[in-house]
Amino acid sequence: MIRFFQWMLLISLIVTSSLVNAVAANQDDTLEIAVALLQSKSFNEKVKAIEVLETNGGEQAKILLNALLDNRVFYIKKDKRLVVGGSQDKEYSVSDALTGEALGTLHRGQLQKITLNNKMRRQIRSALAVMNLRNPDAEKRLAAVNQMLDRPEEEQAQLLEPLLAQERNDRVRDAMQIVIALSNLSSDKPEQRMNAVTALEGNIHPAVRNGLSRLQRETRDPAAVKKIAQVLETIDHKLRLYSLLENLFFGLSLGSVLVLAAIGLAITFGVMGVINMAHGELIMIGAYTTYVIQLLMPEHIGVSVLIAIPAAFIVSGAVGIAIERGVIRFLYGRSLETLLATFGISLILQQTVRSIFSPLNRSVETPAWMSGSWEINSALSLTLNRLYIIAFALLVFAMLYLVLKKTSLGLQVRAVSQNRSMARAMGVRSQWVDAMTFGLGSGIAGVAGVALSQLTNVGPNLGQSYIIDSFMVVVFGGVGNLWGTLVSGLSLGVANKFLEPWSGAVLAKILVLVFIILFIQKRPRGLFPQKGRAAEG
Amino acid sequence: MSTTNSRFKTSLLGAATAVALSAASIANAADTIKVGILHSLSGTMAISETTLKDTMLMLIEEQNKKGGLLGKQLEPVVVDPASNWPLFAEKARELLSQHKVAAIFGNWTSVSRKSVLPVVEELNGLLFYPVQYEGEESSKNVFYTGAAPNQQAIPAVDYLMNEIGVKRWVLAGTDYVYPRTTNKILEAYLKAKGVGDKDIMINYTPFGHSDWQSIVSEIKKFGSTGVKTAVVSTINGDANVPFYKELGNQGLSAEDIPVVAFSVGEEELSGIDTKPLVGHLAAWNYFMSVDAEPNSEFISAWKSFIKNDKRVTNDPMEAHYIGFNMWVKAVEKAGTTDSDAVQEAIIGVAVPNLTGGLSAMMPNHHITKPVLIGEIQDDGQFVVVWQTSGLVAGDAWSDYLPGSKDIISDWRAPLSCGNYNVKTAKCSGQNYE
Repeated sequence: MIRFFQWMLLISLIVTSSLVNAVAANQDDTLEIAVALLQSKSFNEKVKAIEVLETNGGEQAKILLNALLDNRVFYIKKDKRLVVGGSQDKEYSVSDALTGEALGTLHRGQLQKITLNNKMRRQIRSALAVMNLRNPDAEKRLAAVNQMLDRPEEEQAQLLEPLLAQERNDRVRDAMQIVIALSNLSSDKPEQRMNAVTALEGNIHPAVRNGLSRLQRETRDPAAVKKIAQVLETIDHKLRLYSLLENLFFGLSLGSVLVLAAIGLAITFGVMGVINMAHGELIMIGAYTTYVIQLLMPEHIGVSVLIAIPAAFIVSGAVGIAIERGVIRFLYGRSLETLLATFGISLILQQTVRSIFSPLNRSVETPAWMSGSWEINSALSLTLNRLYIIAFALLVFAMLYLVLKKTSLGLQVRAVSQNRSMARAMGVRSQWVDAMTFGLGSGIAGVAGVALSQLTNVGPNLGQSYIIDSFMVVVFGGVGNLWGTLVSGLSLGVANKFLEPWSGAVLAKILVLVFIILFIQKRPRGLFPQKGRAAEG
Repeated sequence: MSTTNSRFKTSLLGAATAVALSAASIANAADTIKVGILHSLSGTMAISETTLKDTMLMLIEEQNKKGGLLGKQLEPVVVDPASNWPLFAEKARELLSQHKVAAIFGNWTSVSRKSVLPVVEELNGLLFYPVQYEGEESSKNVFYTGAAPNQQAIPAVDYLMNEIGVKRWVLAGTDYVYPRTTNKILEAYLKAKGVGDKDIMINYTPFGHSDWQSIVSEIKKFGSTGVKTAVVSTINGDANVPFYKELGNQGLSAEDIPVVAFSVGEEELSGIDTKPLVGHLAAWNYFMSVDAEPNSEFISAWKSFIKNDKRVTNDPMEAHYIGFNMWVKAVEKAGTTDSDAVQEAIIGVAVPNLTGGLSAMMPNHHITKPVLIGEIQDDGQFVVVWQTSGLVAGDAWSDYLPGSKDIISDWRAPLSCGNYNVKTAKCSGQNYE
């Protein structure tokens, strides 16, 4: 406790003296105190270190705060010197935390990381926001102001008002005005309060809505209450619209995942009529291929996902061809035995993966260009990975459609599936076509695995969770019809997502299943039944 | 025909193995003490349970190096219940009646424990159960070395409420018995602390749920009222990865809405890209990062046993460490491996835990443990941000559920009851399901 007071005394002394003298020497002193405090084991001490850095406000303090936030601050185990690390590999190029002087490279084992907790991270972010308010980069200033809007605190308005007059950038000005208006909502003067309400009209940021609701509860004047209620109503109206759009996006994205998982099955099951229970495992193999490719090129995570797409197609396709040549070709026309055999294969594949990669889930990193979200406004933001996957699903669908309609392989596939003996009579090597078709379907499953590796666990059980859904989509869409798969996948996704907020995730799934069962009773051939002679066989 | 043929071959092979096994066991029966290990090595639960099997093998090997137990060597008997709940009961029966094991260490899920329970009670075996669970159970033959709700869930909520100032709560869980019971206890606890209905949101999702978009967006809306909000997650292992990924992508950071999880440990994190998780919390009785002498010894022993420098240790492993040492000590104290004698001797036995304290077996067959709250770091480890000032004794019957408030468990001589109702002064016997 005494120690604590000593520190506080020292800090306050130095802070005041730095105000009086405003010389660089004292800034260095506060830095030194912060550096000493940061090495403490107690989070309370470290919190104080950040307060010191905040009051210091110098360039080096800013570097240190940024590095802390990125987990790049260490002390050297040998001499307890605090350093800022550069690259994130086993070897760190480090520089002194006090002076910024470069100290060469050190091995990870020689360094001890300074750990943070949530409170510190929050504190650092708001400290940096305050520092960034005068940053020459307009984007940085905007981010700093938005940060204040996200985490409203007192005294922000006083901080911003003098800056507002100097601000040249319109977007930053607008953001600043909203923060100021927001704090004016709790002003003593009714007139100022009502001006703020008008200024905030139509803004859908949650902080604005909260501020207005609070004011509505506290205000006595009926005219003012009416005005606030009216502003809140327009906000709520907008929010409802955006939440509808958001739900639609969620549904399409779930649907596109379903389409991806099912489209390979639409070929093997739909076109060839093989009930392939190992389809899920082919997806899993695709996901593991992504993992292996990432292991091979740890420096280029962003590119590795793109390379994984053809690689997964080839690997899963090859496994698919092997399954077809090794097992399925002996069982054509005996669907029950195919079902059992492929179920056995799925178990074998799972256990093989378990023995090679261990039963633990493997971590596949999401490349930077796929993480985060596209913020349209504070109520509607679309996550990037989902956006890419929707686009990817459509692309895969288009490619597959072209292959089946425009290439000679596609022509042969359709010929064999429509009338095998006639196709053979015309000189089509039906066995080869079977193998290629199965390979194509399996390869597409592998490609789906690449996409799923970005969304869910890469583990031996990955496939199991998608096999039922895939069959559901194919059967609902109409066996043998690619368009049916697309439409049914997307519509099941959207239906699921619109049911979910109302019924909960468990019930939503059940309701969708019940609906499909009823639908199949009415139309046994699904949404888009295949026409012609093939449908009879 | 080919199927029948291969099936025949398999059964022949199985029979041969069984004969070989029983022959081996007869040869060894005289001079070893057998220890049963009942963990799934295949199927969905293999992901978590395989590690515990290896932990047990390591502990047994170390004990043998120290000269075994009662002058005899310990012999592990490993069976694979394959994540299949009824098979757990069959395998437990096999361990007890065929292999005559002195104790079983095993199970992960509550439903597998419930399936084994009647068997160990019927054959009067000993089962050491190493995983945190929902409580509401106390069997004469089972020793619960994992956390009861008051050793994990309640302290975590206390931490969020008192240290972080959380006022709005999301209770999110996978739809099965552990999350449902835990959330029921937590809901009652929160209401007792004056939290209103509108400030609690409860959400259940199916096993392996992978599409978290709507739920995360709902949590985001629920947490945007300007009041500090936290998520208490009893989401089961596999579904966590997509959940945390979605949180990260929708921009919900731990600084705004922290998630405290009861099923996410070092092992689970080793399969996740941890960058979006930094700052989220977990409540356990042990973290690999805890700086204590026995812990660093355990970690280096584990790494050299498993011959992999990257493998991590976790809370259920510590529970096995404690449970195994308690059993060893109780057998030494009783001078025999006889089930009744060990049951009597083990109550009150205290052994070192890995966080630098002593854990003791309570009369209700639960143990005392410290409770730690850790924040996830970018290297997949936790840094302890808070811990209970002392040890917490496991409470079999929650004080916050109307049905079990008045029930206590005490397996010592005069009472000898797992569910004694203090109001009616009656013991309801073993059938408490």
